[in-house]
Amino acid sequence: MTRFIASLAALLLSVGPLHAADKIKIGFLSTMSGPSAALGIDIRDGFALAMQQNGGTLGGLPAELVVGDDQQNADTGKQLIERLLKKDRVDFVTGIVFTNVMLAVAPAVFDAQTFLISANATPSQLSGAGCSPWFFSTSWQNDGTHEAAGKYISDKGYNSVVLIAPNYPAGKDALTGFKRFYKGAVLDEMYTKLGQLDYAAELAQLRAAKPQAVYIFLPGGMGVNFIKQYNAAGLNRSMVLVGPGFSADEDVIKAVGEPMAGMFNTAQWAHDLDNAQNKRFVADFRKQYGRTPTVYASQGYDAARLIDAAVREVKGKIEDKAALRKAFEAANFQSVRGEFKFNVNHVPIQNYYLRQVVKGADGKLTNKLVSTILTEHKDAYASACKMK
Amino acid sequence: MDLILFFEQGLNGLQFGLMLFLLAAGLTLVFGIMDMINLAHGSLYMIGAYLAALVLESTGSFLLAVGGALAGTAAIGMLLEVGILRRLYARDHLSQVLATFALLLIANEAMRILFGSQALALNPPEALSGPVELLPGFFYPAYRLLIIAVGLAVALLLYVLVAKTRVGMLVRAGASNREMALAMGVNVKALFTVVFGVGAALCALAGAMLGPLLAVEVGMGESILILAFVVIVIGGIGSIRGALAGALIVGVVDTLGRTLLPMSLRAVLSPAVASNLGPSLASILIYVLMAAVLFWRPQGLFPARG
Repeated sequence: MTRFIASLAALLLSVGPLHAADKIKIGFLSTMSGPSAALGIDIRDGFALAMQQNGGTLGGLPAELVVGDDQQNADTGKQLIERLLKKDRVDFVTGIVFTNVMLAVAPAVFDAQTFLISANATPSQLSGAGCSPWFFSTSWQNDGTHEAAGKYISDKGYNSVVLIAPNYPAGKDALTGFKRFYKGAVLDEMYTKLGQLDYAAELAQLRAAKPQAVYIFLPGGMGVNFIKQYNAAGLNRSMVLVGPGFSADEDVIKAVGEPMAGMFNTAQWAHDLDNAQNKRFVADFRKQYGRTPTVYASQGYDAARLIDAAVREVKGKIEDKAALRKAFEAANFQSVRGEFKFNVNHVPIQNYYLRQVVKGADGKLTNKLVSTILTEHKDAYASACKMK
Repeated sequence: MDLILFFEQGLNGLQFGLMLFLLAAGLTLVFGIMDMINLAHGSLYMIGAYLAALVLESTGSFLLAVGGALAGTAAIGMLLEVGILRRLYARDHLSQVLATFALLLIANEAMRILFGSQALALNPPEALSGPVELLPGFFYPAYRLLIIAVGLAVALLLYVLVAKTRVGMLVRAGASNREMALAMGVNVKALFTVVFGVGAALCALAGAMLGPLLAVEVGMGESILILAFVVIVIGGIGSIRGALAGALIVGVVDTLGRTLLPMSLRAVLSPAVASNLGPSLASILIYVLMAAVLFWRPQGLFPARG
């Protein structure tokens, strides 16, 4: 009997109360090579900036970033996530840019009971009936920016458009979102290969279709090439090009140059958005990296700040997943987009803005906030989400 | 459907096809004459594009960039032939594939180490960055017209070189019957090195010309190498004429297919199904074409060996 009690006591002692961790490991999986490398690099730089402002800590604990490059490829992403989860045993996963990678790796992260903080891809598959208690997004539901663009183009009175998107899940989400808010006629929907760089065939069809406006969902290098070739083909003389914020962001402006002037685009954030946190972020980012942050960088920054706030709230006891989840849901941090709150599906409820590429004070092209298109916008999938 | 669309797509197909031809010409000669499968052919295309971007950045002249890429890549190609590939001619195809695949991986990693994994910017000359009015109201990018002109000029030059000169005669002799050419005392070693150098220069030309349209990045050679193999299979291995015909067919079929297939599908199917099916079908079209050629004319459209 005494032996039984002794072993029981030992057992109880070994379980013990939950201890606070002494450091946290972040698995950062992103696209950091090829034509869309700028996206992953911006998210990483935004994330790293938030850590640096904290003296290398998140939530008061020393934080380590384990970086993996998925090369925009779902299979590569799958291999890397296995390594991050099993070998590196990371506490959080973040950084994923592309939806094809997100959909491929998310199940493994959820199975490992690890929180996945998306700094970009927020596919409809994870926002509605398939929502997960392990998933949080500091970006926007995949439809959001495009819904805002659809509304803007309708409001502006353009009633014929052609839509172009890559043939992958986020492309479908984007055009679904656009059409949800756009009231005019869609003359053509073109789905191109993900990663396509030559748009000669699509531009010829565009010329033949003669729409009033063109809307492109072509992230990264795809958008850079499309806009260059669109201008080289002289199509900018006969129709208006509108894009999501990231297709007219600072990286694209730098690559394309002068022809970007005047382009309207939509996003949930702008570098001249007026709030204290944003001013600090933009100033520090420029000082650190010598360039203006993009939407991607702002999302990476917010992802780090969200983790920081949640870990602080549970006082470093990151093994208490339920408490940590509550802390994430509360999202007690100052976002660069001002107010930040999650919907039931862990996707932000937020404003979407109209921005335009104009000449800044220094004579260089940059984005300028024009107006608010959607206020406190909730995505269309949240109602189907029964969070367990 | 209007004629302008067809005309423009025809030009696009021609432009794409001519660039494929530059790659396929070198590949088909190496394959045909030396009986050597060179998977690193696409790496020479990548090296050409990187060299062009490098020279453009330091000199600002597009002409110098193309010239530098041509000379540099030809030199690298010949060094490669003398140093490594020469030892592989007598081996079987499997050893050649393994060795040149290793070269491809080495070239990719070398570029990643030297230039980083982000794509480099290579912009067309300022004067050609806008459109040209070909017909009233129809604008076409000036730079693509330049590519077409360069492609046609090179095709003509190659034709003259292969059909009218002594070197060309040796090349043709080598392609149609290597053993016989050897027996007749052709200096095969020197010929192989020259052919390889010309092939590398053609790759570099394609890389430098396409760089501004696509992206100068690690791994850019692989996707286009597959197309180049499709081209030489369709055209007939070892034949320059076949490479030109194959390249133009692939270029036009791919470009027109991407327009016409979704259009015609939309006429018979619902828009949702058509937009799902169209792009997928269009992307396999050239492989279907290749399969058809292999089925009815396994030796290709213009076989070198008569």
